[in-house]
Amino acid sequence: MSVVVLGAGMHPWGKWGRSFVEYGLVAARAALADAGLDWRDVQYVAGADTIRNGYPGFVAGATFAQALGWTGARVSSSYAACASGAQAVAAARAQILAGLCDVALVVGADAAPKGFFAPVGGDRPDDPDWLRFRLLGATNPIYFALAARRRVDLHGATLEDFAAVKVKNARHGLANPNARYRKEVTAADVAASPVVADPLRLLDICATSDGGAALVLASEDFARSRGAADAVRIAALSTATPTFPKTVLDLPDFATDSAAAVPEPEHPFRASIARAAYAEAGIGPEDLSFAEVYDLSTALELDWYEDIGLCAPGGAEDLLRFGATALGGRVPVNPSGGLASFGEAVPAQAIAQVCELTWQLRGTAGERQVPGARTGIAVNQGLFGHGSAIIAVQGGHRS
Amino acid sequence: MTNGAKKRRTPAIDGWFAPEPGGGVRLLGTRCAACGTPYFPRNDLACRNPRCDGPRDGSELAEHRLSDRGRIWSYADARYKPPPPFVADEPFRPFAVAAVELAAERMIVLGRVVPGVTVDDLAVGMEMALTEGVLYEDDDTEYTVWMWQPA
Repeated sequence: MSVVVLGAGMHPWGKWGRSFVEYGLVAARAALADAGLDWRDVQYVAGADTIRNGYPGFVAGATFAQALGWTGARVSSSYAACASGAQAVAAARAQILAGLCDVALVVGADAAPKGFFAPVGGDRPDDPDWLRFRLLGATNPIYFALAARRRVDLHGATLEDFAAVKVKNARHGLANPNARYRKEVTAADVAASPVVADPLRLLDICATSDGGAALVLASEDFARSRGAADAVRIAALSTATPTFPKTVLDLPDFATDSAAAVPEPEHPFRASIARAAYAEAGIGPEDLSFAEVYDLSTALELDWYEDIGLCAPGGAEDLLRFGATALGGRVPVNPSGGLASFGEAVPAQAIAQVCELTWQLRGTAGERQVPGARTGIAVNQGLFGHGSAIIAVQGGHRS
Repeated sequence: MTNGAKKRRTPAIDGWFAPEPGGGVRLLGTRCAACGTPYFPRNDLACRNPRCDGPRDGSELAEHRLSDRGRIWSYADARYKPPPPFVADEPFRPFAVAAVELAAERMIVLGRVVPGVTVDDLAVGMEMALTEGVLYEDDDTEYTVWMWQPA
C-alpha cells in the first residue's frame, strides 16, 4: 500500500507583496482542481509553517482550512525549517497509510522579506540562530560559501563550474510558468555579479521568494475508485536526523560535534537522508530518471550529486561538465529550474519539489519534460538537523 | 566619553572564551568525563553521544579549555552588512570568517578572522591561533569576541 499524488498546484513564485494565505489558497485550489476534487472531499489538511508571521503562519494548517472554508477536516501544522513542506507531506501520508483518512491536502506558502534571511526580532542570547548573527555576522550565504570553498579545495571545483550550474538551471527554468526568474543567464552574467560571500557571487546564491505549493494525496484505493489508478506514487519519504558525531559545519552551527570519542559516521548527514529514502523505496540512485535538489547555492547542487549517489565524492564537476545533469543528459537535475530559478519560499519549497516530481512522472512537464521519466527524487536540507528525501514513481510502475 | 579615555572591554557573551593566565585566549567548552567528548559552545545539560556510558545527567560534564590552535577547514567572507542582531561598523567593512579544525578535539570551530586579514591571505590547511578582538563598541565599552588569526 502506498500514497498517491492526485493533484499538484502552485501559486507562481515572485515578489508579489501579498499575504502568504493568498498564495496558499491559490495553490490549494489549483491542486484540488488538478485532482478533480472539491475541498469538501478533503478529510485532513497539513500545513507547512512560515515563521515570518505572528504564530507560525497563523498556525498554517488551520489558516489554510479557514481560507478554504471550515469543513471540520482534521488538521496539522509542521515547522522544520526548509524541510517544513516535507514534514507536512509526511504527516498527511502517515494519516493515509494508517487508514485514518483517504484524502489529504498539503499546503505551504511564504511571503519572504527582501535581502538576507534574519532571525525574528528581540534579544534571544540562548538561541543559536540569533547568536550566529550577533557574534559572527554569519548569514546563510557565509555557510554556503564555506561549503563552496571546501569543494574548490577538495575537488578542484572552479568558479566556472559554479556558474555552469546557474546557467543550466536558468535554462531549465525558462520553460516553467511557476518560476520567478525566466531568463537565460550566461557565465559572464554570473562573473559580473558582485561577490556576496567569497567565493560565491550574487547569482550563485538563491533569492528569497513569495510562493505557494499544494498537493492532494490519497490512498491507492481512493485513487482507483476515482479512476486514477495510474496516479504518481510516493515510494519513500525520509526525514532522517543526523548521526552523532555530525562533523560537517551547517547553519546555524558554531562548531561541529567532536569525533574524538566516536568516529564519524560512514555517511554524512545529507547522504544519510537520501540513503534512508532509497532503502525505503527499494531502489538505488541508478534507478533515477531525474532529481530535484535544494540548490541554495550553485556549489551546493554539486554536493547533492554526491549525496544522492549520482557519482562518487569528487565526481560532481565531471557530471556537470559532460552535461549529464542538464535536460537531455543521463540524469537531469533540477528540470524545474531549481531554487536558482525560483528563489526560496521556505515552507512551500519542498512541496513545490513534489509538484515537479508529479508533473515529470505524468509526462506533462512540457518543454522541460525529462523523456521517459519513471522515478524521481527530491531532497532538501534545513536548519538544526532537518532534511528530507522524497522518492516518487510513475503511476502503475513498480520498482 | 572624553577624548583619549580608555574604553572598558567586556566579552560580547559571557562564558564562551576567557584569557589564559599566561597570555592568549581559550574557548571555554565542556568535556564528558565518561566518553571524552568535548563540546563548544559549552554543553552542561547531558552528554550528547548516544553511546556514552556515563550518567548523562550533566554531572559527567566539566569545563574544558579547547586548543587555541588549529588548521583551516574552510573560510569565507561577508561583503555585505549582515542584518541585526549583528552590530555593524558604519561604514560597513567586509570581514572574513574561518572554520578551524582542532586536532586534539577533532572538531571544527567557526570564528571571525582578525580585521586586516582577508580571504586572499587564507588557505585551507593554514595554521591559525585564537585571539580576542572587538566585535562592536558603544560610547564607553568595547565588546569582544574570539577571533582567529594566522599563527
